[in-house]
Amino acid sequence: MQGFLDIFDIYLLEAVVNGILLGGVLALLALGLNLIFGVIDVTWICYAELVMIGMYGMYYLVQFYGLPYWAAAPLTILLVALLGAALHYIVIAPLLTAPPINQLLATGGVLFILQSFATVAFGIDFRNLGIRLPVLALGEMHFSYSRLLSFAAALIGMVSVYFFMTRTYTGTAIRAISQDRQIMSLMGVDTKRIYLVTSALGGALAGLAACLLVLQYDVHPFVGLSFGPITFLICVLGGLGNFVGGFIAAFVFAEIISLGGLFSDLEWGYVLAFAFFIVMMFIRPAGLFARRS
Amino acid sequence: MNARTIAWVVGIAALIALPFVYRQPYHLHILVLILIWSFAYTSWSIMGRFGLVSLGHGGFMGVGAYVTALLWNHLGVSPWIGIPLSMVCAGLLAVIVAYPCFRYRITGHYFVLVTLALSGIVLQVITATRDYTGGSLGYTPNRTKGSQLLALQFDDKTTWYLIALFVWVVGLLIWQWVDRSMSRYAMEAISDDEDAAAAAGVNVTFEKLKITIISALMTALAGALYCQYQMFISPDTVSGIAVSLQMVFAVIVGGVYVSFGPTVGAIITILLAEFLRIWFGTKAVGWDNLVYGVLLVLFIIFLPKGILGSVMDRFKTQPGKKPVAS
Repeated sequence: MQGFLDIFDIYLLEAVVNGILLGGVLALLALGLNLIFGVIDVTWICYAELVMIGMYGMYYLVQFYGLPYWAAAPLTILLVALLGAALHYIVIAPLLTAPPINQLLATGGVLFILQSFATVAFGIDFRNLGIRLPVLALGEMHFSYSRLLSFAAALIGMVSVYFFMTRTYTGTAIRAISQDRQIMSLMGVDTKRIYLVTSALGGALAGLAACLLVLQYDVHPFVGLSFGPITFLICVLGGLGNFVGGFIAAFVFAEIISLGGLFSDLEWGYVLAFAFFIVMMFIRPAGLFARRS
Repeated sequence: MNARTIAWVVGIAALIALPFVYRQPYHLHILVLILIWSFAYTSWSIMGRFGLVSLGHGGFMGVGAYVTALLWNHLGVSPWIGIPLSMVCAGLLAVIVAYPCFRYRITGHYFVLVTLALSGIVLQVITATRDYTGGSLGYTPNRTKGSQLLALQFDDKTTWYLIALFVWVVGLLIWQWVDRSMSRYAMEAISDDEDAAAAAGVNVTFEKLKITIISALMTALAGALYCQYQMFISPDTVSGIAVSLQMVFAVIVGGVYVSFGPTVGAIITILLAEFLRIWFGTKAVGWDNLVYGVLLVLFIIFLPKGILGSVMDRFKTQPGKKPVAS
């Protein structure tokens, strides 16, 4: 959290730019959650906790096993992708025919499991990578390289997901399933396999977010709670399963948090974001970009 | 008098008599906790049973606890006035969040996520106003000397036990009242099909809002009582997502569709937590939640009606009930 607080300087423009940089990572998180929702029709309440596990993975790979950052990151992404696939295989798959609320609550149980697993296994101390990237000075403004790097990596991640979805057979099948669940098995697509691939992809995005967030924030078992709720707000505001909506909503929220935090504590940025969200629910209840029927 | 009424009277008389016969303070403490949390879980199940799954109840509970304590410490307002005020605050919060949800048909996943955000935000507000609320370090209401009725502070466990017992019984009565009211039929129709219910003349928004407000008021009361009893609250113990999930978990374990379900859930979860605490000692941090989480997942997959619900199904088959929360 400390790194989170550091970004708020007295300069408005700096806050705006930092908001955009924060928006990149939030958009990445929202994309993963939207992907899962759009395809499997399940909300992973524990999504931010997957990120937390990934952050611990980075911490241990870098600090404990002495791997360089660039080598640890792919391993972490792979680890969280496997975790995502396992989550689907063990928890969601048996519940696919159950009411949606039960699926959602089951992932709530997984949230408990992951949080307390981290508490038991890693303790409640705050840990960080110990990597301090330099700060870019642009005139009067200062931007940390870790933020710029995160933003760039988040964009690259999202663009590669876009190409995967549009240029490969599996990607096309994933998009098709999100349009019509029933008909796809008739078209000879193995729905189970697609679900598993999607879950792994969602996990991989969480893993990528973890690699980026760990550069800026200390990791502790409850770190997921500090950006989990905001990710859900973003997804709902963008329209669950709507990739473009989630992307834009992420930047709107990041700006509100960044500018709100400029005038007061970071928590007030969150409170402002929530107030904005409530107002938006009155105006655009089905999300920012709901198609008018 | 039929057998059912007699069983009720005897049961309640036995519960009232208990602290005068049995005075072991630790066990009484556990009983008080079970009663207060049972009340909180009951209030969740009042709306949860109709498919209105809220993860925002941690927020209502936090409002109940913190508003009461803040009014007492900063303005010297007695909890007798502070508790109703805190309940009004929670009710207003419920209206502000729930009205747009219901008015614009935000249901299912959306509703859960919105309420989830609500409990997260209440936690953030409590943490952000750390100058007044003590932030994440927690907060203690100012103590009076000895027991005082006006300050709602009592040193002996027996008084607290009786208060908690009274509130718990009131909670069950409200549950029964809702169960037998027209609202129940309206809500069941809504949870099956909102459009059909609206076409049949049910005021969907109003009915949902009514149930939600009742539930929020009760949860705030539970939070305030918990605060007055424990004399220490922190954002993590009375608000936030963890508390909300804990409520859902307990109710699912006990059973959503039976009046004693939440109570059974409270007994199981609290005894489990205490057992693990004694078993593992101070290094137990996290173990209880680990077991909670695993059980929650297992219950939802294998026993979605809860323990009591499943047991009671063995004895009687109730027609027209849906098998799982929907």
